Amino acid sequence: MQDSLKSSSYQQLEQKSKYTNMFLRWFLYFILILFASYFIFPLYVMVVTSLKTMEEIRQGTLLSWPSGLNLESWAVAWGGRGYGAGDTFLRPYFWNSIKMVVPAVFFSTFIGAMTGYVLTKWRFKGDQWVFLFLLFGCFIPFQAILLPMARTLGVLGISNSVVGLVLVHTVYGIPFTTLFFRNYYISVPTELVKAARIDGAGFFKIFFKILLPISAPIIVVTVIWQFTQIWNDFLFGSTFSFGEAAPIQVALNNMVLSSTSVKEYNVDMASAIIAGIPTLIVYVLAGKYFIRGLTSGAVKG
Amino acid sequence: MFKWLEKNLPKIVMAPAVGLIGWFVYGFVLWTLYISFTNSKILPKYELWGFGQYEKLWASRKWLIAVDNLLIFTALFLIFCVVIGIILAIFLDQKIRAEGLLRTIYLYPMALSFIVTGTAWKWILNPTLGIQKMFRDWGFENFTFDWLVDREMAIYTIVIAGVWQSAGFVMALFLAGLRSVEDEIVKAAKIDGASLFTVYWKILLPMMRPVFFTSFVILVHISIKSYDLIVALTQGGPGISTTMPALYMTQTAFHKSQVGLSAASAMMMFMAVAAVIIPYLYSELRRENAR
Repeated sequence: MQDSLKSSSYQQLEQKSKYTNMFLRWFLYFILILFASYFIFPLYVMVVTSLKTMEEIRQGTLLSWPSGLNLESWAVAWGGRGYGAGDTFLRPYFWNSIKMVVPAVFFSTFIGAMTGYVLTKWRFKGDQWVFLFLLFGCFIPFQAILLPMARTLGVLGISNSVVGLVLVHTVYGIPFTTLFFRNYYISVPTELVKAARIDGAGFFKIFFKILLPISAPIIVVTVIWQFTQIWNDFLFGSTFSFGEAAPIQVALNNMVLSSTSVKEYNVDMASAIIAGIPTLIVYVLAGKYFIRGLTSGAVKG
Repeated sequence: MFKWLEKNLPKIVMAPAVGLIGWFVYGFVLWTLYISFTNSKILPKYELWGFGQYEKLWASRKWLIAVDNLLIFTALFLIFCVVIGIILAIFLDQKIRAEGLLRTIYLYPMALSFIVTGTAWKWILNPTLGIQKMFRDWGFENFTFDWLVDREMAIYTIVIAGVWQSAGFVMALFLAGLRSVEDEIVKAAKIDGASLFTVYWKILLPMMRPVFFTSFVILVHISIKSYDLIVALTQGGPGISTTMPALYMTQTAFHKSQVGLSAASAMMMFMAVAAVIIPYLYSELRRENAR
């Protein structure tokens, strides 16, 4: 009775403010679209610039439409111009990045799944502290480990190699992957595990038969997070590799900075898009999981 | 033997992760700390030298500029990201058409690397062919926007690009926070005659305190570590006017070969991050234990 009274007075209230609402809504959309154009502006500029010739760039403005679908700067950015020395292009570095990302994502995700599993389902004394111990690794500024890491890679004989970068990214990914899996597995009822244990199932059997089959969402979140982080990394790439072993972000930066006679902005923009496209595709296809990864470390519960 | 293995299997599985992090995080930080107390140049030396590197660091004009820039950048980056993030989150929370599309647009920069976006912004902000030319071609003959090559103003171009990259993230955090509030609270307030503005200002935003806290921690963390964006946009220039601590550290270590000094700067960064993160982790853990 009281409930219905409340909701009817609520509706009256809504009715009364209909006109103010309409004005407000127009204002709302205006602001939202304004910001949307601010966010979309650089991407738009990148795309149209990459399709223009240098002549068009000098004559038009940032926003002006390209005269046609001119893909030449894309070809140059990807495969070069075909004259030997000094001809830098992204193709080999793109593959370097792939060769680096795939194993690093695999190893760090696997280790994170295992530690997350132990920390929630095989709890031991002091496991909270072990978790905190690992978690702190999420936050250290990497500058504090660059110098010893450079020496260690040298001693191991894997400095300036893709293998070295795989090691670095695997290690510094573990705190994040552990956090993701631990927070996911903690909501899986422990009774399931206990029952399985009584039935005589062992450590690995429980993991593969009970936890792994329900882990698809968190695996997707973790893989996307790690893929984005490692693909986009510049600090490790630029510190621990140069020349032919460099990943794509480093190559892109070198390409843009190299001051050959004439600056070719169209090639620069095409290169930037090529370096950004893998993560952008992942984001568009699996945005939900991407956002979950971003926020799950931050907003818990 | 087999029994023992079975009993300790969980710990054995944990061992690699704990070992790797122990060595590569804690061990390495301690090594850097130790080196910061030595007079290491190109190669590390191990005899202790006291606080000499720290004295040298805080007497260095470049480091002071870097710290200054960090303070300016952090303050503006925080304010703009949080204000834009909150506005977008609140507006998007009004049952907006095409919300999914707008959200995707606001957040996509987070998927790109700072090198990619820095390259784009560098092109947009360059005075000869970028925004300045666009406005001049539109008839604003005297329009000037050359911050990128202006010593005084270049740091603000980094703010522009940084905010563009991260504001969507704050929006996502606040939107998630607002969505987790019960509808009933808002309805009840409206029946009591509260305007939408009052509902947000007096009721919802104060409830978002944990989200403010989280955003603060994450944004400060991003800004202390910011490196890629500066490399791509200004390389610390014009001159050294946009140097920041992270850039100072790598330049001192790998171009100037002052290993001890760069270790000292790395430790200063480490302490700055720890000062923000440790209270955060402490409160997060307390919240979790309270549940």
